[in-house]
Amino acid sequence: MKRLMLGNEAVARGLYEAGCRVISSYPGTPSTEISEYASKYEEIYAEWAPNEKVAAEVALGASFGGARSFCAMKHVGLNVAADPLFTSSYTGVNGGMIYTVADDPGMHSSQNEQDSRHYAVAAKLPMLEPSDSLECRDFIKEAYEISEKFDTPVLFRLSTRVSHSQSIVEEGPREEVPLKNYVKNPQKYVMMPAFAKSRHETVEQRLEALSRFAESTGLNRVEWASKKIGVICSGIAYQYVKEALGEQASILKLGLIHPLPQKLMQDFASQVDKLYVIEELDDVFETQVKKLGISCEGKALFTKLGEYSPQMIAKSILGQETEWVNFDEAVPARPPAMCPGCPHRGLYYVLSKLGVMVSGDIGCYTLGAAAPLNAMDSCVCMGASVSALHGFNKARNMPGQSVAVIGDSTFMHSGITGLINIGYNKGNSTVIILDNRITGMTGHQQNPTTGKTLKGEEVPQIQLEAVCRAAGINRVTVVDPYNVAQVEAILKEELASPQPSVIISRRPCVLLKSVRKQEPLFVDAKKCRTCKACLKIGCPAIHIEGGKAAIDPTLCVGCGLCASLCPFHAIGAQGGTKK
Amino acid sequence: MKTKSVMIVGVGGQGSLLASRILGHVFQAEGFDVKVSEVHGMSQRGGSVVTYIKYGEKVYSPIVERGEADYILSFEQLEAARWVSYLKKDGVMVASTQKIDPMPVITGAAVYPQEIFSRIQQLGVNLLEVEALDLARQAGSLKATNTVLIGVLSVLMPFAKEKWEDAIRQIAPTQFVELNLRAFSLGREAACSK
Repeated sequence: MKRLMLGNEAVARGLYEAGCRVISSYPGTPSTEISEYASKYEEIYAEWAPNEKVAAEVALGASFGGARSFCAMKHVGLNVAADPLFTSSYTGVNGGMIYTVADDPGMHSSQNEQDSRHYAVAAKLPMLEPSDSLECRDFIKEAYEISEKFDTPVLFRLSTRVSHSQSIVEEGPREEVPLKNYVKNPQKYVMMPAFAKSRHETVEQRLEALSRFAESTGLNRVEWASKKIGVICSGIAYQYVKEALGEQASILKLGLIHPLPQKLMQDFASQVDKLYVIEELDDVFETQVKKLGISCEGKALFTKLGEYSPQMIAKSILGQETEWVNFDEAVPARPPAMCPGCPHRGLYYVLSKLGVMVSGDIGCYTLGAAAPLNAMDSCVCMGASVSALHGFNKARNMPGQSVAVIGDSTFMHSGITGLINIGYNKGNSTVIILDNRITGMTGHQQNPTTGKTLKGEEVPQIQLEAVCRAAGINRVTVVDPYNVAQVEAILKEELASPQPSVIISRRPCVLLKSVRKQEPLFVDAKKCRTCKACLKIGCPAIHIEGGKAAIDPTLCVGCGLCASLCPFHAIGAQGGTKK
Repeated sequence: MKTKSVMIVGVGGQGSLLASRILGHVFQAEGFDVKVSEVHGMSQRGGSVVTYIKYGEKVYSPIVERGEADYILSFEQLEAARWVSYLKKDGVMVASTQKIDPMPVITGAAVYPQEIFSRIQQLGVNLLEVEALDLARQAGSLKATNTVLIGVLSVLMPFAKEKWEDAIRQIAPTQFVELNLRAFSLGREAACSK
C-alpha cells in the first residue's frame, strides 16, 4: 500500500523490512518517533534505554550476538554515545548495525547546531543520508547490506526536515534475516592494545574499500541537466536544489556521504562550467572537494547557520527574488511556554520568588528560563545541572542560595552520576528532581521511573527516593508543586541545611491522558483589582482583558495555581460567566 | 501542473497536526505527489507553529516560503499577521477570529496589534474571516476548530466534499469522527454563506 509516511516512520518501516531484530534508543527530537513506530512491529524487540551510550552498547551487543540491530538518537545524543561509537568502528559487527543520528539545523528543539557528519570522518565509519521518506526506507536496507559486507557499523544521518516531513512510501514485505552464528573472537571483540593495533589497520583498509565502493554504489547518482551549473549535495538540501534550479543545473546527489566518491566528484566537476557545493551547516563536503584540487563555491556563498531553502539557493545562484506583502507592524514573538496546568510552574514560581541561582537542564522545564519566571542561570547538556551545581558551589561556596533542577528522565539519563559525585565528594548542594512521571518534551516516552516499557509492558518502577539515598544523599523529600506554600517551606529548609539534599517535585504531566483535567476557572471581575499577581506565574491561559485578569477557557485546565496566589480570591470555579 | 501549497499556522496545541494529516490524505487520494512538513518538539509547547502541505505531479522541497502559499489556514489572529507574508499574490487566507495572547503580551513586554484582519485586507489579501471557535462549540467541542477551518477551505478547493469526509473518517480518532464531521460541515456552510 502506498501512503504518506513521516521520514521517521519510514526509517522504522525500513528496519522492519530489513529484518532488524533489536532496537535500543533514547528519545530526542527529531529522532524519537523512529523507535516508537518500530516498537509496534511484533518481530522487533525495541526498548528505551536510560541514555544514548547504553542504547548504542545494547545495539552493539545485539550485533555481536548475530542480530541486525539499531539505535537512534539526536545529534547531541551521539556525543553521549561517542565512546562506543569510536571503538565499535574497530570491532566491526556480526549482525548488521546502524547508528541513526538526527541533526537539527535551525535548532527547532536543540541546544546546539552541531553537524554530525564530522563523526563519520572522525570514527572512520560509512555514513548514509536520505532526502525523503522513500529513501529513509530504502537506505536503511542498503545500510544493513553495507554493514555486513564491510564488517562495520553504519551511521545514518537524518535532519529535522527529513525526519518530520511526510512523503509517499509503498510498503514492502519483511525479509527474515536469521541470527548469524556467534563465534568467540577476542582478537576482533576485545579491544585492548595488542588486539586494537591490528584492528586499526583493518579500519584503514576498510575505509579504502568503502571509498572504492562509493564510486560505484547507486546511493550516489548524477542527474544530468544543463551543464552550466553543477551542484554537489545530499539530504534535504538536494530537494531545495531541485526546487530552486530544476533543469538549470546538473546534480551529483550523494547518498553515501562518507567516504566520498573522489573520482565521481572529479568527473562531475570536469563536465560542468561552475560547481557549487550546497550543504547545510559545516563545510564537510566542500573541504574534501577542495582537497582534491577542485574549485567550487560553497560557504563563501552559503551560511553555516540554520536551515537552507529553495529561495535562498535561487537568489544566491540565479539572482532570483520573490515578492511578498508584510504586515505593517512588528508582530510580537510567541515563544514556547510551559503548558497551562504544567506541574513545573509552581516550583519555578517559588524559585523565581526566592531568587536563587538555578543550574538548569534539558527538558520542558528549560522553559522556566523564560519571562516572567526567569528562573534559570545555566543549561548546557543532559545531566549538567547536578554536576555543574556541585562545581559552582565548590568554587563559590553558596549552597544556601543555589539549586539544580532536572527532570525524572534526564536524571535517569545522566543526573545520577552527578548526584553520586555530590554524595562522594562531600558536596552540600540541593538538587530538585522535577518528577512528572514521563519524558515530557519529546512527547511522552516511558523511562525507568514510570513503570512501563516502550512496548507498553508493566515493569517495577525505579524509585527515585531509593536511588538518591543509595547515592549517599540522606535528606530526600517529596513535594507537590501545586502546593506552593509547601514547596517554599521545604526548599527554605533544605537550602538552610549544611548537608546535601534532594527535593522530588512530584506530579504527573498535565498532558498525560491519565490526568483528569478540571473545568476551566473564571475571574470574578468585580473582585479583581488588577494587581497582576496571577500573571507572575507565566500561564498562557491568563491575560488582561478590558483592564481585568481573564482566563481563556480553551486553554485553562483548572489546576488552581493562579487561584492560590490571588490575594482577593477573585479566581474560582464560580463567579464568572461561562462562555 | 505547478505545485500547490497550503500552510497551517497557529499556536502549539491547537490541532494543526490533525488538520495537516487530513489535507495530506485528500491530496494523495486525488493521485498527487504530496509532502507535508511538521514541527515537533519544543515549539509545540504553546509556541508559534507552522505546517506545510504541498501537492502536485512531483514535489521536491517540503517547505513553503514567503510569497508562495496558495492557501493559509490560520488558527489565531496574531499568527495570521505573522505568516501573511508567505501568501502568494492571489492566494487566500482562511482565518479564525480566535485570539491567544503570547507570553510577551501577557507579561506586558509587547502589545497585541489591533484590527489585524482589516490591516491584512488593506495589503490586498483575500481574507476569509471565520468564527471558528463558535462553530466548533456548536459542533460539540472547542477543540474542533481545526476541522471547521478545513470545512471552509474545502469549499475553496476543487475536490469533492465526500473526499474530505473520507479523509476525516480515516484520520480522526474513532470516537471523534462524528464531532469532526459536524465541525467540517458547519465550516462549509459558513463558507458558502459568505
